[in-house]
Amino acid sequence: MEFRDYYDILEVKRDSTQDEIKRAYRKLARKFHPDVSKEADAEARFKQVGEAYEVLKDAEKRAAYDQLGANWQAGQEFKPPPDWDQGFEHGGAGFEDQQFSDFFESLFGQQGYRGRQERGQREFHARGQDSHARVQINLEDAYLGGSRTLTLNHSELGADGRPVLKERTLNVRIPKGVRQGQHIRLAKQGAAGFGKGEAGDLFLEIEFAHHPFYHVEGKDVYLDLPVAPWEAALGAQVKVPTPAGKLDLKIPANSGAGRKLRLKGRGIPSREPGDLYAVLQIELPPANSDAAKKAYREFEQATHFNPRTRLGV
Amino acid sequence: MKSRKLKLQTGDLLEEDAELSLAQLCNACEITEAQIIELVDQGVIDPLGHEPASWRFQSISLRRVRLTQNLQRDLGVNTPGAALALDLLEELQQLRARLRRFEE
Repeated sequence: MEFRDYYDILEVKRDSTQDEIKRAYRKLARKFHPDVSKEADAEARFKQVGEAYEVLKDAEKRAAYDQLGANWQAGQEFKPPPDWDQGFEHGGAGFEDQQFSDFFESLFGQQGYRGRQERGQREFHARGQDSHARVQINLEDAYLGGSRTLTLNHSELGADGRPVLKERTLNVRIPKGVRQGQHIRLAKQGAAGFGKGEAGDLFLEIEFAHHPFYHVEGKDVYLDLPVAPWEAALGAQVKVPTPAGKLDLKIPANSGAGRKLRLKGRGIPSREPGDLYAVLQIELPPANSDAAKKAYREFEQATHFNPRTRLGV
Repeated sequence: MKSRKLKLQTGDLLEEDAELSLAQLCNACEITEAQIIELVDQGVIDPLGHEPASWRFQSISLRRVRLTQNLQRDLGVNTPGAALALDLLEELQQLRARLRRFEE
Protein backbone atom coordinates (compact mmCIF):
# COMPACT_ATOMS: atom_id res chain seq x y z
CA MET A 1 0.00 0.00 0.00
CA GLU A 2 1.30 3.43 -0.89
CA PHE A 3 1.62 6.32 1.49
CA ARG A 4 -0.57 9.31 0.69
CA ASP A 5 0.57 12.80 1.53
CA TYR A 6 -2.68 14.54 2.38
CA TYR A 7 -1.01 17.91 2.86
CA ASP A 8 0.55 17.68 -0.56
CA ILE A 9 -2.77 16.71 -2.13
CA LEU A 10 -4.47 19.76 -0.62
CA GLU A 11 -1.44 21.92 -1.51
CA VAL A 12 -1.06 23.16 2.06
CA LYS A 13 1.83 23.21 4.54
CA ARG A 14 1.87 20.81 7.47
CA ASP A 15 1.42 23.67 9.93
CA SER A 16 -1.62 25.14 8.18
CA THR A 17 -4.56 26.18 10.32
CA GLN A 18 -7.92 24.41 10.02
CA ASP A 19 -9.27 27.48 8.23
CA GLU A 20 -6.47 27.39 5.68
CA ILE A 21 -7.14 23.71 5.08
CA LYS A 22 -10.82 24.40 4.58
CA ARG A 23 -10.08 27.18 2.11
CA ALA A 24 -7.63 25.00 0.18
CA TYR A 25 -10.19 22.21 0.05
CA ARG A 26 -12.98 24.48 -1.18
CA LYS A 27 -10.76 25.82 -3.93
CA LEU A 28 -9.59 22.41 -5.13
CA ALA A 29 -13.05 20.86 -4.80
CA ARG A 30 -14.39 23.53 -7.16
CA LYS A 31 -11.47 23.05 -9.52
CA PHE A 32 -11.79 19.28 -9.76
CA HIS A 33 -15.51 18.75 -9.20
CA PRO A 34 -16.44 16.18 -11.86
CA ASP A 35 -19.64 18.02 -12.76
CA VAL A 36 -17.79 21.28 -13.25
CA SER A 37 -14.21 20.56 -14.21
CA LYS A 38 -12.89 19.94 -17.69
CA GLU A 39 -9.62 18.42 -16.43
CA ALA A 40 -9.24 14.89 -17.77
CA ASP A 41 -8.48 13.30 -14.39
CA ALA A 42 -10.96 15.47 -12.48
CA GLU A 43 -12.84 12.62 -10.86
CA ALA A 44 -9.73 10.90 -9.49
CA ARG A 45 -8.29 14.19 -8.25
CA PHE A 46 -11.60 15.16 -6.67
CA LYS A 47 -11.69 11.88 -4.74
CA GLN A 48 -8.13 12.35 -3.51
CA VAL A 49 -8.89 15.89 -2.40
CA GLY A 50 -12.04 14.69 -0.62
CA GLU A 51 -10.16 11.93 1.14
CA ALA A 52 -7.39 14.29 2.22
CA TYR A 53 -9.95 16.75 3.57
CA GLU A 54 -11.85 13.99 5.35
CA VAL A 55 -8.72 13.42 7.42
CA LEU A 56 -7.31 16.92 7.78
CA LYS A 57 -10.59 18.71 8.59
CA ASP A 58 -11.01 16.56 11.65
CA ALA A 59 -8.62 17.57 14.42
CA GLU A 60 -8.49 14.04 15.87
CA LYS A 61 -7.84 12.33 12.56
CA ARG A 62 -5.34 14.97 11.57
CA ALA A 63 -3.41 14.52 14.82
CA ALA A 64 -3.39 10.76 14.33
CA TYR A 65 -2.19 11.17 10.76
CA ASP A 66 0.47 13.70 11.84
CA GLN A 67 1.99 11.30 14.34
CA LEU A 68 2.85 8.94 11.49
CA GLY A 69 5.61 11.47 10.98
CA ALA A 70 6.55 13.98 8.35
CA ASN A 71 9.20 11.87 6.68
CA TRP A 72 6.93 9.80 4.48
CA GLN A 73 6.98 10.42 0.76
CA ALA A 74 3.84 10.10 -1.35
CA GLY A 75 3.84 6.71 -3.08
CA GLN A 76 6.26 5.15 -0.58
CA GLU A 77 5.39 1.61 0.51
CA PHE A 78 3.40 1.93 3.72
CA LYS A 79 2.06 -0.28 6.47
CA PRO A 80 0.35 1.27 9.46
CA PRO A 81 2.33 0.69 12.66
CA PRO A 82 0.47 -1.59 15.12
CA ASP A 83 -1.82 0.31 17.45
CA TRP A 84 -0.83 3.45 15.61
CA ASP A 85 -4.02 5.25 16.52
CA GLN A 86 -4.22 4.35 20.19
CA GLY A 87 -5.82 7.06 22.18
CA PHE A 88 -7.65 8.59 19.23
CA GLU A 89 -11.33 8.33 18.66
CA HIS A 90 -12.65 8.64 15.15
CA GLY A 91 -16.20 9.44 14.28
CA GLY A 92 -17.86 7.41 11.58
CA ALA A 93 -19.40 10.22 9.60
CA GLY A 94 -18.85 10.90 5.94
CA PHE A 95 -18.35 7.38 4.72
CA GLU A 96 -21.69 6.90 3.08
CA ASP A 97 -21.11 6.55 -0.64
CA GLN A 98 -17.45 7.26 -0.78
CA GLN A 99 -14.75 4.92 -1.90
CA PHE A 100 -11.52 5.87 -0.21
CA SER A 101 -8.06 4.50 -0.89
CA ASP A 102 -6.65 1.40 0.81
CA PHE A 103 -4.29 3.74 2.59
CA PHE A 104 -7.23 5.59 4.11
CA GLU A 105 -9.09 2.38 4.92
CA SER A 106 -6.09 0.93 6.72
CA LEU A 107 -5.88 3.98 8.96
CA PHE A 108 -9.45 5.08 9.47
CA GLY A 109 -11.64 2.46 7.84
CA GLN A 110 -12.38 0.08 10.70
CA GLN A 111 -13.37 2.80 13.10
CA GLY A 112 -15.39 4.49 10.44
CA TYR A 113 -17.61 1.53 9.89
CA ARG A 114 -18.07 0.57 13.49
CA GLY A 115 -21.34 2.47 13.70
CA ARG A 116 -22.88 0.62 10.79
CA GLN A 117 -22.91 -2.85 12.24
CA GLU A 118 -25.53 -2.02 14.80
CA ARG A 119 -28.10 -1.39 12.13
CA GLY A 120 -30.48 -4.10 11.02
CA GLN A 121 -30.95 -6.00 14.25
CA ARG A 122 -34.67 -5.47 14.25
CA GLU A 123 -36.73 -6.65 11.34
CA PHE A 124 -36.80 -3.84 8.87
CA HIS A 125 -38.42 -3.45 5.46
CA ALA A 126 -37.77 -0.66 3.04
CA ARG A 127 -37.66 -0.10 -0.66
CA GLY A 128 -34.12 -0.17 -2.03
CA GLN A 129 -32.49 2.96 -3.28
CA ASP A 130 -32.80 4.06 -6.88
CA SER A 131 -29.49 3.85 -8.70
CA HIS A 132 -28.11 5.99 -11.46
CA ALA A 133 -25.66 5.38 -14.24
CA ARG A 134 -24.68 6.89 -17.52
CA VAL A 135 -24.64 5.00 -20.77
CA GLN A 136 -22.82 6.15 -23.86
CA ILE A 137 -24.38 5.21 -27.19
CA ASN A 138 -23.69 5.98 -30.81
CA LEU A 139 -25.96 8.27 -32.77
CA GLU A 140 -26.79 5.31 -35.02
CA ASP A 141 -28.38 3.55 -32.01
CA ALA A 142 -30.77 6.47 -31.60
CA TYR A 143 -31.85 6.06 -35.24
CA LEU A 144 -32.12 2.32 -35.35
CA GLY A 145 -32.45 1.21 -31.74
CA GLY A 146 -30.02 -1.26 -30.26
CA SER A 147 -28.76 -2.75 -27.08
CA ARG A 148 -25.88 -2.08 -24.74
CA THR A 149 -24.23 -4.32 -22.21
CA LEU A 150 -23.28 -2.38 -19.12
CA THR A 151 -21.20 -3.31 -16.17
CA LEU A 152 -22.29 -1.54 -13.03
CA ASN A 153 -20.48 -1.40 -9.73
CA HIS A 154 -22.37 -0.98 -6.54
CA SER A 155 -21.58 -1.53 -2.91
CA GLU A 156 -23.59 -3.78 -0.65
CA LEU A 157 -23.22 -4.25 3.07
CA GLY A 158 -21.42 -7.51 3.70
CA ALA A 159 -21.97 -9.87 6.61
CA ASP A 160 -19.46 -7.94 8.73
CA GLY A 161 -21.27 -4.66 8.14
CA ARG A 162 -18.61 -3.29 5.80
CA PRO A 163 -19.49 -2.43 2.22
CA VAL A 164 -18.30 -4.80 -0.49
CA LEU A 165 -18.02 -3.78 -4.10
CA LYS A 166 -20.14 -5.92 -6.39
CA GLU A 167 -20.19 -6.05 -10.13
CA ARG A 168 -23.31 -6.61 -12.20
CA THR A 169 -23.76 -6.91 -15.93
CA LEU A 170 -26.95 -5.82 -17.64
CA ASN A 171 -28.08 -6.01 -21.22
CA VAL A 172 -30.29 -3.01 -21.92
CA ARG A 173 -32.46 -2.20 -24.89
CA ILE A 174 -31.73 1.24 -26.33
CA PRO A 175 -35.05 2.45 -27.73
CA LYS A 176 -35.15 4.07 -31.14
CA GLY A 177 -35.56 7.84 -30.90
CA VAL A 178 -33.67 8.32 -27.65
CA ARG A 179 -31.99 11.70 -27.19
CA GLN A 180 -28.95 13.03 -25.39
CA GLY A 181 -29.70 13.55 -21.69
CA GLN A 182 -32.85 11.43 -21.71
CA HIS A 183 -33.30 8.77 -19.04
CA ILE A 184 -34.29 5.15 -19.34
CA ARG A 185 -35.90 3.79 -16.18
CA LEU A 186 -35.45 0.12 -15.46
CA ALA A 187 -37.92 -0.91 -12.81
CA LYS A 188 -36.49 -2.83 -9.83
CA GLN A 189 -32.95 -2.87 -11.22
CA GLY A 190 -31.64 -0.48 -8.55
CA ALA A 191 -30.35 -1.38 -5.11
CA ALA A 192 -31.91 -4.37 -3.36
CA GLY A 193 -34.60 -3.61 -0.81
CA PHE A 194 -34.29 -4.29 2.90
CA GLY A 195 -36.29 -7.15 4.30
CA LYS A 196 -39.38 -7.58 2.18
CA GLY A 197 -38.97 -4.19 0.53
CA GLU A 198 -38.83 -3.97 -3.25
CA ALA A 199 -35.66 -3.16 -5.12
CA GLY A 200 -35.25 0.42 -6.28
CA ASP A 201 -35.22 1.50 -9.91
CA LEU A 202 -32.19 2.06 -12.10
CA PHE A 203 -32.03 5.29 -14.09
CA LEU A 204 -29.74 5.34 -17.10
CA GLU A 205 -28.83 8.71 -18.54
CA ILE A 206 -28.15 8.61 -22.27
CA GLU A 207 -25.06 10.26 -23.57
CA PHE A 208 -24.07 10.33 -27.25
CA ALA A 209 -20.51 9.40 -28.11
CA HIS A 210 -18.72 12.06 -30.11
CA HIS A 211 -19.25 11.50 -33.82
CA PRO A 212 -16.62 12.52 -36.38
CA PHE A 213 -19.13 14.22 -38.69
CA TYR A 214 -22.54 14.62 -37.13
CA HIS A 215 -23.46 16.82 -34.26
CA VAL A 216 -26.77 16.83 -32.49
CA GLU A 217 -28.95 19.59 -31.09
CA GLY A 218 -32.04 18.14 -29.45
CA LYS A 219 -33.70 16.06 -32.17
CA ASP A 220 -31.92 17.81 -35.03
CA VAL A 221 -28.72 16.51 -36.54
CA TYR A 222 -26.15 18.65 -38.36
CA LEU A 223 -23.64 17.57 -40.94
CA ASP A 224 -20.94 19.62 -42.64
CA LEU A 225 -21.24 18.61 -46.27
CA PRO A 226 -18.25 19.28 -48.53
CA VAL A 227 -19.19 20.32 -52.08
CA ALA A 228 -17.12 21.29 -55.10
CA PRO A 229 -17.35 24.91 -56.30
CA TRP A 230 -19.23 23.88 -59.46
CA GLU A 231 -21.73 21.84 -57.45
CA ALA A 232 -22.50 24.88 -55.30
CA ALA A 233 -22.58 27.25 -58.28
CA LEU A 234 -24.44 25.19 -60.86
CA GLY A 235 -26.53 23.01 -58.60
CA ALA A 236 -26.15 19.27 -58.32
CA GLN A 237 -27.55 16.11 -56.90
CA VAL A 238 -25.13 14.61 -54.37
CA LYS A 239 -25.06 11.70 -51.96
CA VAL A 240 -25.38 12.57 -48.27
CA PRO A 241 -24.66 10.14 -45.45
CA THR A 242 -27.20 9.94 -42.63
CA PRO A 243 -27.04 7.71 -39.55
CA ALA A 244 -29.76 5.61 -41.19
CA GLY A 245 -28.08 5.31 -44.60
CA LYS A 246 -27.26 7.34 -47.71
CA LEU A 247 -29.69 9.80 -49.27
CA ASP A 248 -29.74 11.96 -52.39
CA LEU A 249 -29.75 15.70 -51.82
CA LYS A 250 -30.41 18.37 -54.42
CA ILE A 251 -28.11 21.36 -54.10
CA PRO A 252 -29.73 24.46 -55.59
CA ALA A 253 -27.70 26.55 -58.03
CA ASN A 254 -25.86 29.57 -56.59
CA SER A 255 -25.57 28.10 -53.08
CA GLY A 256 -22.98 29.83 -50.93
CA ALA A 257 -20.73 28.32 -48.29
CA GLY A 258 -22.55 27.79 -44.99
CA ARG A 259 -25.96 27.37 -46.65
CA LYS A 260 -28.13 25.03 -44.57
CA LEU A 261 -30.15 22.50 -46.51
CA ARG A 262 -32.84 20.76 -44.52
CA LEU A 263 -33.71 17.11 -44.88
CA LYS A 264 -37.08 17.13 -43.20
CA GLY A 265 -37.74 14.34 -40.76
CA ARG A 266 -34.28 12.83 -41.18
CA GLY A 267 -33.09 13.84 -37.71
CA ILE A 268 -33.60 11.64 -34.69
CA PRO A 269 -36.79 9.64 -35.21
CA SER A 270 -39.79 9.98 -32.90
CA ARG A 271 -43.48 10.81 -33.20
CA GLU A 272 -42.31 14.22 -34.38
CA PRO A 273 -38.90 13.40 -35.81
CA GLY A 274 -36.09 15.94 -35.95
CA ASP A 275 -34.54 17.27 -39.13
CA LEU A 276 -31.12 16.72 -40.62
CA TYR A 277 -29.27 19.81 -41.81
CA ALA A 278 -26.49 19.62 -44.35
CA VAL A 279 -24.29 22.70 -44.03
CA LEU A 280 -22.41 23.34 -47.26
CA GLN A 281 -18.63 23.60 -47.10
CA ILE A 282 -17.10 24.55 -50.41
CA GLU A 283 -13.83 22.74 -51.04
CA LEU A 284 -11.38 23.86 -53.68
CA PRO A 285 -9.71 21.31 -55.88
CA PRO A 286 -5.92 21.67 -55.69
CA ALA A 287 -4.14 23.38 -58.59
CA ASN A 288 -1.63 20.60 -58.87
CA SER A 289 -1.53 19.95 -62.61
CA ASP A 290 -1.14 22.10 -65.68
CA ALA A 291 -4.71 21.38 -66.69
CA ALA A 292 -6.05 22.42 -63.26
CA LYS A 293 -3.95 25.61 -63.28
CA LYS A 294 -5.22 26.44 -66.76
CA ALA A 295 -8.80 25.90 -65.65
CA TYR A 296 -8.33 28.26 -62.66
CA ARG A 297 -6.85 30.94 -64.97
CA GLU A 298 -9.78 30.60 -67.36
CA PHE A 299 -12.15 30.81 -64.44
CA GLU A 300 -10.50 34.05 -63.36
CA GLN A 301 -10.77 35.50 -66.87
CA ALA A 302 -14.39 34.49 -67.16
CA THR A 303 -15.60 35.84 -63.81
CA HIS A 304 -13.41 38.85 -62.89
CA PHE A 305 -14.33 38.01 -59.36
CA ASN A 306 -13.13 40.15 -56.45
CA PRO A 307 -13.89 38.33 -53.17
CA ARG A 308 -12.86 41.42 -51.14
CA THR A 309 -15.36 44.05 -52.32
CA ARG A 310 -16.94 43.91 -48.86
CA LEU A 311 -13.63 45.10 -47.38
CA GLY A 312 -13.49 48.07 -49.74
CA VAL A 313 -10.29 46.95 -51.48
CA MET B 1 -16.79 -14.22 -20.25
CA LYS B 2 -20.22 -15.68 -19.59
CA SER B 3 -21.58 -17.95 -22.26
CA ARG B 4 -25.11 -17.59 -20.92
CA LYS B 5 -26.91 -14.88 -22.81
CA LEU B 6 -28.07 -12.00 -20.68
CA LYS B 7 -31.73 -11.18 -20.72
CA LEU B 8 -32.44 -8.01 -22.65
CA GLN B 9 -33.90 -5.45 -20.25
CA THR B 10 -36.45 -3.05 -21.60
CA GLY B 11 -37.07 0.11 -19.63
CA ASP B 12 -39.32 3.14 -19.86
CA LEU B 13 -38.00 6.12 -21.73
CA LEU B 14 -38.75 9.27 -19.78
CA GLU B 15 -40.72 11.85 -21.79
CA GLU B 16 -41.88 9.16 -24.24
CA ASP B 17 -43.21 6.30 -22.12
CA ALA B 18 -43.14 7.83 -18.67
CA GLU B 19 -42.71 10.95 -16.59
CA LEU B 20 -41.82 11.23 -12.93
CA SER B 21 -44.29 12.27 -10.27
CA LEU B 22 -43.15 14.29 -7.27
CA ALA B 23 -42.92 11.12 -5.17
CA GLN B 24 -40.95 9.29 -7.86
CA LEU B 25 -38.50 12.15 -8.24
CA CYS B 26 -38.07 12.16 -4.45
CA ASN B 27 -37.28 8.45 -4.51
CA ALA B 28 -34.94 8.77 -7.45
CA CYS B 29 -32.90 11.50 -5.75
CA GLU B 30 -33.40 10.53 -2.09
CA ILE B 31 -34.78 13.92 -1.32
CA THR B 32 -37.89 15.16 0.51
CA GLU B 33 -40.92 16.71 -1.16
CA ALA B 34 -40.24 19.95 0.71
CA GLN B 35 -36.77 20.08 -0.79
CA ILE B 36 -38.15 19.52 -4.30
CA ILE B 37 -40.70 22.27 -3.76
CA GLU B 38 -37.86 24.55 -2.70
CA LEU B 39 -35.98 23.69 -5.93
CA VAL B 40 -39.10 24.47 -7.98
CA ASP B 41 -39.59 27.76 -6.11
CA GLN B 42 -35.98 28.71 -6.80
CA GLY B 43 -36.36 27.92 -10.47
CA VAL B 44 -33.85 25.07 -10.46
CA ILE B 45 -36.40 22.75 -12.07
CA ASP B 46 -39.65 23.31 -13.95
CA PRO B 47 -42.36 20.72 -13.51
CA LEU B 48 -45.20 20.28 -15.97
CA GLY B 49 -48.60 20.77 -14.32
CA HIS B 50 -49.84 23.31 -11.80
CA GLU B 51 -50.18 21.63 -8.41
CA PRO B 52 -47.57 19.50 -6.64
CA ALA B 53 -50.02 16.59 -6.78
CA SER B 54 -50.19 16.80 -10.57
CA TRP B 55 -46.56 17.77 -11.19
CA ARG B 56 -44.66 15.76 -13.78
CA PHE B 57 -40.89 15.93 -14.12
CA GLN B 58 -38.73 15.22 -17.14
CA SER B 59 -35.18 13.97 -17.61
CA ILE B 60 -33.71 17.44 -17.34
CA SER B 61 -35.22 17.83 -13.83
CA LEU B 62 -33.74 14.55 -12.68
CA ARG B 63 -30.36 15.61 -13.97
CA ARG B 64 -30.58 19.09 -12.42
CA VAL B 65 -31.70 17.83 -9.01
CA ARG B 66 -28.81 15.39 -8.88
CA LEU B 67 -26.31 18.01 -9.97
CA THR B 68 -27.67 20.40 -7.35
CA GLN B 69 -27.24 17.75 -4.68
CA ASN B 70 -23.65 17.13 -5.78
CA LEU B 71 -22.83 20.83 -5.73
CA GLN B 72 -24.48 21.35 -2.35
CA ARG B 73 -22.78 18.35 -0.78
CA ASP B 74 -19.34 18.79 -2.29
CA LEU B 75 -18.97 22.54 -2.61
CA GLY B 76 -21.31 23.84 0.07
CA VAL B 77 -23.28 26.10 -2.30
CA ASN B 78 -26.81 27.16 -1.38
CA THR B 79 -29.81 26.63 -3.64
CA PRO B 80 -29.72 29.95 -5.54
CA GLY B 81 -25.96 29.46 -6.00
CA ALA B 82 -26.51 25.96 -7.34
CA ALA B 83 -29.21 27.27 -9.71
CA LEU B 84 -26.78 29.85 -11.06
CA ALA B 85 -24.00 27.26 -11.37
CA LEU B 86 -26.32 24.90 -13.29
CA ASP B 87 -27.34 27.58 -15.77
CA LEU B 88 -23.73 28.60 -16.31
CA LEU B 89 -22.63 24.98 -16.63
CA GLU B 90 -25.25 24.30 -19.29
CA GLU B 91 -24.16 27.37 -21.21
CA LEU B 92 -20.51 26.37 -20.81
CA GLN B 93 -21.28 22.91 -22.12
CA GLN B 94 -23.00 24.33 -25.21
CA LEU B 95 -20.12 26.71 -25.86
CA ARG B 96 -17.54 23.95 -25.45
CA ALA B 97 -19.45 21.75 -27.88
CA ARG B 98 -19.59 24.59 -30.39
CA LEU B 99 -15.91 25.40 -29.90
CA ARG B 100 -15.02 21.79 -30.49
CA ARG B 101 -16.77 21.88 -33.85
CA PHE B 102 -14.75 24.90 -34.94
CA GLU B 103 -11.51 23.34 -33.79
CA GLU B 104 -12.00 20.18 -35.76
